[in-house]
Amino acid sequence: MKPRTIIDKIWNEHAVRAEAGKPNLMYVDLHMVHEVTSPQAFEGLRLSGRPVRRPDLTFATMDHNVPTLNRESITDAISKKQIDTLFDNCREFGVELADIHSPNNGIVHIIGPELGLTQPGKTIVCGDSHTSTHGAFGALAFGIGTSEVEHVLATQTLWQSPPKTMEVHVDGRLGTGVTAKDIILAIIAKFGVDFGSGYVLEYTGEAIRGLTMEERMTICNMSIEAGARAGLISPDQVTFDYLKDRRFVPEGAEFDEKVEQWRQLATDEGAEYDERVVIPADEIEPMVTWGTNPSQGVGIHGTVPYPEDGKSATEKKVIKTSLDYMALEPGTKITDIHVQHVFLGSCTNARIGDLREAAKIIRGNKVADGIRAMVVPGSQQVKLQAEEEGLDQVFKEAGFEWRDSGCSMCLGMNPDFVPEGERCASTSNRNFEGRQGKGARTHLVSPAMAAGAAIYGHFVDVRKLDQTVSS
Amino acid sequence: MEALTVHEGNTAVLERANVDTDQIIPKQFLKRVERTGFGQFLFFDWRFKSDGEEDPSFELNYPSAANASILIADHNFGSGSSREHAPWALQDYGFRVIIAPSYSDIFYNNCVKNGILPVRLPEDQVYELMQNGNDKEYHLTVDLQNQQISDKDAGFQATFEIDPYWKEMLLNGWDEISITLQYEEDIEAYEKRVKV
Ligand code: SF4
Repeated sequence: MKPRTIIDKIWNEHAVRAEAGKPNLMYVDLHMVHEVTSPQAFEGLRLSGRPVRRPDLTFATMDHNVPTLNRESITDAISKKQIDTLFDNCREFGVELADIHSPNNGIVHIIGPELGLTQPGKTIVCGDSHTSTHGAFGALAFGIGTSEVEHVLATQTLWQSPPKTMEVHVDGRLGTGVTAKDIILAIIAKFGVDFGSGYVLEYTGEAIRGLTMEERMTICNMSIEAGARAGLISPDQVTFDYLKDRRFVPEGAEFDEKVEQWRQLATDEGAEYDERVVIPADEIEPMVTWGTNPSQGVGIHGTVPYPEDGKSATEKKVIKTSLDYMALEPGTKITDIHVQHVFLGSCTNARIGDLREAAKIIRGNKVADGIRAMVVPGSQQVKLQAEEEGLDQVFKEAGFEWRDSGCSMCLGMNPDFVPEGERCASTSNRNFEGRQGKGARTHLVSPAMAAGAAIYGHFVDVRKLDQTVSS
Repeated sequence: MEALTVHEGNTAVLERANVDTDQIIPKQFLKRVERTGFGQFLFFDWRFKSDGEEDPSFELNYPSAANASILIADHNFGSGSSREHAPWALQDYGFRVIIAPSYSDIFYNNCVKNGILPVRLPEDQVYELMQNGNDKEYHLTVDLQNQQISDKDAGFQATFEIDPYWKEMLLNGWDEISITLQYEEDIEAYEKRVKV
């Protein structure tokens, strides 16, 4: 048989109908639901008298609107309505919900893997663009709109045209102190904010194989920031070890059988992709974005570019507009950029490993004067685990706020936001205008870099901090 | 869904690349549980100044863009969040057609599913349209059946590509779920075969 990519394998396996020249009807194995993009979909079902076809393949959580302080009492009436609406909808349609009181509650893309709902080979959708996160397990996972949410609820399928495939090869070994977040920011900076448009990306290479599952999730999470339909990584032993003993993963002999199936999924030797890009791992440095889209980033030793550096008229204009919004002078050293806020959270970087990385740097230090820093764990389970390890103490003693889980300052549609004109070092995934609050200026960084910025008040090369600590 | 066959209307020009859905509809307006009424919030942070007055320097507020139903935009339009509130807001505001060199995939699908026609044209043609329309009223006729765009005065004429399936849906104003439910047997057979 002709060698195939994991993308082709999953695709073929899930085509319910495939007619030439038409989108295929694809079966959906797991549908994750949250409160913002689902109310109109459930309403549509109600209006047409349709049930949820497979409540057993559907799982809901609330995350976007949830306050991270006093989560039980939502003061914003419209937020409350959205939360209550999801609660009622799940009850009416028989969908399992990790509501605010559940120990399993958290950001949708964090709890899916945590509960073992996310598994290799599955097709996974959610009314949320960062659904690509689940691709880290070798699943084909992508974001959909609310009409599609309704379509999946009613039919457990979606019409999709077959994707083009692209290999994103991270060649060679990563330098010490360079993290998964730096890899993905460097990839997007190198190839552009829409290089993945129309493609499903597969990340390959030694540097990727060496990552933990959590780090792989960080990479796949941001595939959408490259415009890709999805991003994934072929599963391996690291994947299987992560999944063992999680709630929705089969046990015993059935697990072993699953692992055997999962092993077959990995891209075959010699399989061809429609496109291939390569980035040498050793050119990647800790990254900081300076602009208003995720491709506008440079290494920590770089400087803010000049509009004239743009390769086309459009790009020159884009740089100019971004710098105006960010209030940055061209030529400024990245290490000279001071921040007023540090946000450690979001579905990109709020898993236990992320908190541990940041805590390593924070331990025994203090947040710089005039900086408001907060940690928002990605799920209640992450929070609990961190507290068991005493990480909450490390953060609190340094002057961080320690919160309950939720999307929080990643998008500021809850009480957490960055005030107008202020600057934030954020471990989230989008630095768009107004994303963290009207007029807020966002710099995307890794958890370690965010921790460094919290202590020094400006961006620093965390690799150097490592050295001073160890010497 | 309202069928779209031939559409004639005024254009609004948005000369910006990478316009993301956070700009099309800022998140503070995502909390409604209805599908309608989002037009008033379209491009909110750009359309209005902080005192609530319309900002005359924003393209949609130009007199030439009055009653526009066709939006001309630059590369990578609708990137970012998958929120369908973006096409809902565009539609509620009055847009039926968007013309741009490229779109984000999710946004493109969301448009089609809401009866908005997203037209892809090569960059130079889009820039020509921008030139024609950026300081005066500029009417276009978009003929979906024949996949053609033309104006009366400036002599612009172009054809565009669209997936035949999406085209049929838009032309007929079909509800996709009813189409899919006709394949119920296939779905059931699939579920039996792979034991999901
Ligand atoms: S954390 Fe941010 S990016 Fe992730 S799901 Fe929540 S709002 Fe979206």
